[in-house]
Amino acid sequence: MDRVLFGDNQFFGINHMSDEKARAQAMRFQDTRAILEVLEAAYEEGVRVFMCTTHERVADVCDHFRSNAARFPGFEFYPCMPYAHKYADAVTEHGVLEALRQFLPADGALGALMRGGLSAAKKDIDGIARLLIDAEMKMFAGLRTPVIFLQNVVSDLLLGLGFKDAFRVFADHVRLKYDAEPGFITMNLPLMVETLREVGLENPIICSNINRIGFRMCGGIAAYEALLRENRFRAIAMSVFASGAIPPRDAIEYVCGLPGVQSIVFGASSRANIRETRRLIRACWGDAAVPAVVGSSRQAGAGPA
Amino acid sequence: MIRAGLVGLGKMGISHCAILNAHPNVELVAVCDSAQYVLGVLNKYTGVRTYGDFRRMIDEVALDCVVVATPSRTHADVVQYALERDLDVFCEKPFVLDPLDGERLVELARGRGRVTQVGYHYRFVGAFREARRLLEAGALGRVHHLRAEAYGPVVLRPRGSTWRSARAEGGGCLYDYASHAIDLVNFLVGPPIAVSGATLAKVFSRDVEDEVYATLRFGDGSSGQLAANWSDESYRRMTTRVSVWGTNGRVNVDRQECQISLRERVDGLPDLGPGWTVRYTTELTAPVGYYLRGEEYSAQIDHFVQAVAQRRTEHPYSFACALETDRVVQMILRDAESARAAPAAPPAGRPARRRGLLDSIRRVLSH
Repeated sequence: MDRVLFGDNQFFGINHMSDEKARAQAMRFQDTRAILEVLEAAYEEGVRVFMCTTHERVADVCDHFRSNAARFPGFEFYPCMPYAHKYADAVTEHGVLEALRQFLPADGALGALMRGGLSAAKKDIDGIARLLIDAEMKMFAGLRTPVIFLQNVVSDLLLGLGFKDAFRVFADHVRLKYDAEPGFITMNLPLMVETLREVGLENPIICSNINRIGFRMCGGIAAYEALLRENRFRAIAMSVFASGAIPPRDAIEYVCGLPGVQSIVFGASSRANIRETRRLIRACWGDAAVPAVVGSSRQAGAGPA
Repeated sequence: MIRAGLVGLGKMGISHCAILNAHPNVELVAVCDSAQYVLGVLNKYTGVRTYGDFRRMIDEVALDCVVVATPSRTHADVVQYALERDLDVFCEKPFVLDPLDGERLVELARGRGRVTQVGYHYRFVGAFREARRLLEAGALGRVHHLRAEAYGPVVLRPRGSTWRSARAEGGGCLYDYASHAIDLVNFLVGPPIAVSGATLAKVFSRDVEDEVYATLRFGDGSSGQLAANWSDESYRRMTTRVSVWGTNGRVNVDRQECQISLRERVDGLPDLGPGWTVRYTTELTAPVGYYLRGEEYSAQIDHFVQAVAQRRTEHPYSFACALETDRVVQMILRDAESARAAPAAPPAGRPARRRGLLDSIRRVLSH
C-alpha cells in the first residue's frame, strides 16, 4: 500500500469546517476537467493513488485514466463505496425496496426478495450486498483497484446495528471477484478493530480520522494511540488537518510520529499544496517511504491555485 | 441498563437503531415495523425481537422506554399508548400534527412523571449551542431581527410516493424542513407570538408544499423571517442557517460554524472582542461514544438515556418544547389558509394566490 494517498472530498463540496468553503470548492470543481488537472498535478508530484468515493462524477475521471493509461503508469484507484447520498436520497424518496430496485439489475435476487418476503430476505441479503458491490465497481472496469473500501456511513451503520458478518461478506467478495484487499473506513476505530477481530479478519486495512486535536475520533484519542501501538491493523490516517483546524506541519508531524500509521490520505486543490504536504510527510517518514519526484518540469504554484 | 424498544425502521429509525444498539447503557430489546423484509434482516443479523404491531411489542416486552420513528401522523397514537403504559418516550420530529394532541400528551407525560424528548437534533449541534450561549449572555444587546433558513435537495422532480409527499401523513417542506428552522428559532430566542405573510408553495410536489416563507413576530417587538425550500439541488444535503441581528452586533450560525460580529465587548464574554469571531465545528463539537452521520444524533440519544436514568423530566428537548414548535407550524398553516381564502383584494402585506381564469391560462401554458 502506498504511503501517501490522494482523497476526493475537496472535489465534491465536502468540507467539515465551513459550508462557504465547501460551496466555493463545488463551484471550482463543477467541471470534471478541473478535477483532472489537479489529479494530473498530483501524479506529477509523485502521488500514485486516488482514494475516491463512487460518486457518479468519478466515472468521468475513470474514463480519462482508462483512455490515457500510457500517460499514468502505476496509477491506482482505491474505490470507497457506496457514495451514500444517492442511496439515502433514494430511500427517502421511494422507500427501501424501490430504492434497491433502482440500484440492482432487474432480474435475480431482488425479484426473489420481493416475492418471498421474510424468508427470502434472510437468504438473499448477502447476494444483494454482492450485487450492490458489483454495481459500484462497474465504473472502475479495466483500472487498477488493489484496495476497495467500505465507506464510513455504511461501515459505521453496520457496526452500530451489529451486522458483523457483513464485513466478512464484503471482504470475501472484494478478494474473490476483484483480487483486491478489503478496507474499512470508520469514525469508530476502537469498535471497528474489535469487530473485525471478532469476525476473523486479520491485519485489516482501516482508515479513520487521526489528528492531533482528536476531531471525530470516537472512543477518544488515547484509545486510538493505544490501538496504533498494538500494531494489529494497517492504519490509514484521514482528516489529519481536521479540515484546516491544525497547522500543516504540526498536523503531519503528529501523525507521522505515531507508530502503526501506514498511510496518510489527504485532499488538496492545488499543486502547491500537494507538493508541500508530500514534502512534509517525506521529511518525517524519509525518502524510502515517500520517494523523491524525478523529472517534474513544472514548478510549485504553476498548477491551479 | 435501560431496556429500549424502537417503532419505525425508516431512515431515522435505522439510524436510531444503530445508535441505541451501540450505547453502553442501552439494551435494544425489540423493534417494530410494518416491513417484514427489514425485520427479517435485523432479526437474522442481531437476534433482536421483531414485531409488526407496536401495541403487541409494548404489551409483551418489558421495556423502560420507546423510540418512535414512524411517519409523523402516527406519532400521537404510538406516544399515547407508550405513556399510558408508563414508558419514557423519545419521538422523532415533528412531535405531532395537531397541537391539541400535543397538549394532551404533554399533560399525560407530566401526570405520569415520564421522561420525554423530541428529535430536533440541531439543538445538539455544537455551533447552534454556542450561538445560544452567546445570545443568553446578551452578546448582541437587544435582538431586533432574525432570519432562519433551511434548504436542501429532497423533492427535485414531480414524483415520489412515500408518506413525505402526503400532507395528511405529515409530509411536506413545512413539517420536514421548516420545522427544524422554527425549532432553532425557539431554541435561540424563544417562540414567536404571531405569524404573517405565510406562503406555502409547490415547486414539484402535487400534494404538499416544497417551499415555506413567513414573517415571525415576537413578544418583545422584534421580527423574523423564515425561509425553507426542500427543492434546492444546489445544496448537497440539508443546510440550516440562522442569522440574528441585535443592537450590539450579529450572529451567523450553521452546522459548521458560529460567526459573531460585535460592536463592543460584553461583560461575561471575555473571549469575544469587537469585530468578527469565528468558531468552527472542530472546536465546538463535544466527542460522542459512537458516531453515525453527525455527533448530534448520538448526543441527543445519550441525553435521553441519561435523562431516563436520572428521572429528569424537565429539559430543553422535551415534548413541551417541541409542542411550541408545533404551535408555530400551526400558526403558519392557518395564516397561509386565511390568505388563500381571502377575497380578491388581499389585505396589505398579504398577497393572495392568483386564482381563476388567469391562473388556468398560466397552468395550461406551463404544460
